Amino acid sequence: MSQPALKTKADAVVAAFPSPKSATVLPLSPSEPARAGRLLAKAGGRARQVAVNVLPPLVTLALILLVWQMLTAKAGATLPSPTTIWAESKDLITQPFFNFGPQDIGLGWRVMVSLQRVAIGFGIAAIVGVLVGAVIGQSVWAMRGLDPVFQVLRTVPPLAWLPLSLAAFRDANPSAIFVIFITSVWPIIINTAVGIRNIPQDYRNVAAVLRLNSLEFFWRIMIPSAAPYIFTGLRIGVGLSWLAIVAAEMLTGGVGIGFFIWDAWNSSKLPDIVVALLYIGVVGFVLDRIVALIGRVATRGTATA
Amino acid sequence: MIARPYLKLDQIDKSFTRGGRTSEVLKGIELAIDKGEFVSIIGHSGCGKSTLLNIIAGLTPVTQGAVLLEDREVNAPGPDRAVVFQNHSLLPWLTVYENVRLAVDKVFGRTKSKVERHAWTLHNLDLVQMGHARDKRPSEISGGMKQRVGIARALAMEPKVLLLDEPFGALDALTRAHLQDSVMQIHATLGNTVIMITHDVDEAVLLSDRIVMMTNGPAACIGDVLSVPLERPRKRLEAASDPAYLKCREAVLRFLYERHRYVEAA
Repeated sequence: MSQPALKTKADAVVAAFPSPKSATVLPLSPSEPARAGRLLAKAGGRARQVAVNVLPPLVTLALILLVWQMLTAKAGATLPSPTTIWAESKDLITQPFFNFGPQDIGLGWRVMVSLQRVAIGFGIAAIVGVLVGAVIGQSVWAMRGLDPVFQVLRTVPPLAWLPLSLAAFRDANPSAIFVIFITSVWPIIINTAVGIRNIPQDYRNVAAVLRLNSLEFFWRIMIPSAAPYIFTGLRIGVGLSWLAIVAAEMLTGGVGIGFFIWDAWNSSKLPDIVVALLYIGVVGFVLDRIVALIGRVATRGTATA
Repeated sequence: MIARPYLKLDQIDKSFTRGGRTSEVLKGIELAIDKGEFVSIIGHSGCGKSTLLNIIAGLTPVTQGAVLLEDREVNAPGPDRAVVFQNHSLLPWLTVYENVRLAVDKVFGRTKSKVERHAWTLHNLDLVQMGHARDKRPSEISGGMKQRVGIARALAMEPKVLLLDEPFGALDALTRAHLQDSVMQIHATLGNTVIMITHDVDEAVLLSDRIVMMTNGPAACIGDVLSVPLERPRKRLEAASDPAYLKCREAVLRFLYERHRYVEAA
């Protein structure tokens, strides 16, 4: 099925943002050897390991900034250089949560607004996706009938849904939420269905001998058994919904991070856009990691029998 | 009036139809098992002995005939015929305790209190000497231990008939011997009615009251039934040199050997 392709996509999204990880890990390294003396050797080894992991991305980041600076430092460059960005948009970087009036707020607040929309849209998608996926995975005929439809619909780009949803809801906010929902629901449905279909016959036999009713079967067997697949779907879904929200907000307006970019473009504040891109990248990375972490905790022990 | 058997397999036929072609697996299986009896079913791979066990368990429907337990037809799976599966089939996301507790809660949810169910779960884990690993997950214990937990889960349902589907097939010889001793001990203590599928001649002779020998498929049937006249409790080492044991062993081997040759000639 399409699952491996989707998986690599998620991994690609993960691989695209290695630098924030290094930024969060770095402060740990000086404090490690400062701990108890008898742990010094062990801590020293760990510090070396941290350095091995942290240094390469730092070097890469420095090189990128250097090349960027060289390319954009000349007079007449169309894009801002890193030093220009720091000079003009320092407040956006250093103070994510300032609030100077209705349209002059920190990027942290804007991200919060966007995240709220994502939370609603993705939350609905997760519930609907798992339930529909469970039904489809259980029924051969539902799978045969619906799978082709889903395979076609899931390739529709997020923004293509926007006009239809604006026409249906006649309001920007529910439209944006709907776009998130419709973008992220497909991988959840498809992965859940595959996971349900792959429940080993042994577990079904156990359920049959114990005479579990369908609700018990759903909670005690289906969900835990399919959990690794479900979380793969959720992880892809959360990445897609973060992609969709930025695009949708650029068109629907309001307070979110997407609209901020559009607004900055209209007022020719290119440095602000670069800062917003960094915020989006970091938040998307963190979202992916949160879902992956929940998945790891929730599927503990299911991987091996 | 004649005493009715506890479990009766009444003229069971089983055939699978696939793509318009029907293949007969079992033909005219007729067997009566008394309460407390330990019966082994032995036969070559593919003769349909696992299918027969699944039919008794209710996991596979019969084509013709019926399974009667205490004179009542059973045609759906249920905890009165608990199965110990060949590959243990423990749920990997539950601990050892939770795997057994799930069965206990399901079977005794209405009749036993929470405290009683907890105690009953622990009692059954102790019965298979697995009380020490109650908080471990199946992935953290050995194959033999998993199978012990599988047996505890089945016993905890207080089944009328305990069905063992090649329960020790995937284990090494030493672990297998340990588990066989455990099963013999449990059978002696609880007096369960047990049906065990096996392809191990020694295992069949050592554990069983009767050995049901199946012919090769297609359309396998019961070729012969052998009573094992060894006294219980049986000791592995003493039995190995007992003339009755050797005679039974030879009879089973001869049956399997001759039948096997018959198929090769055909």
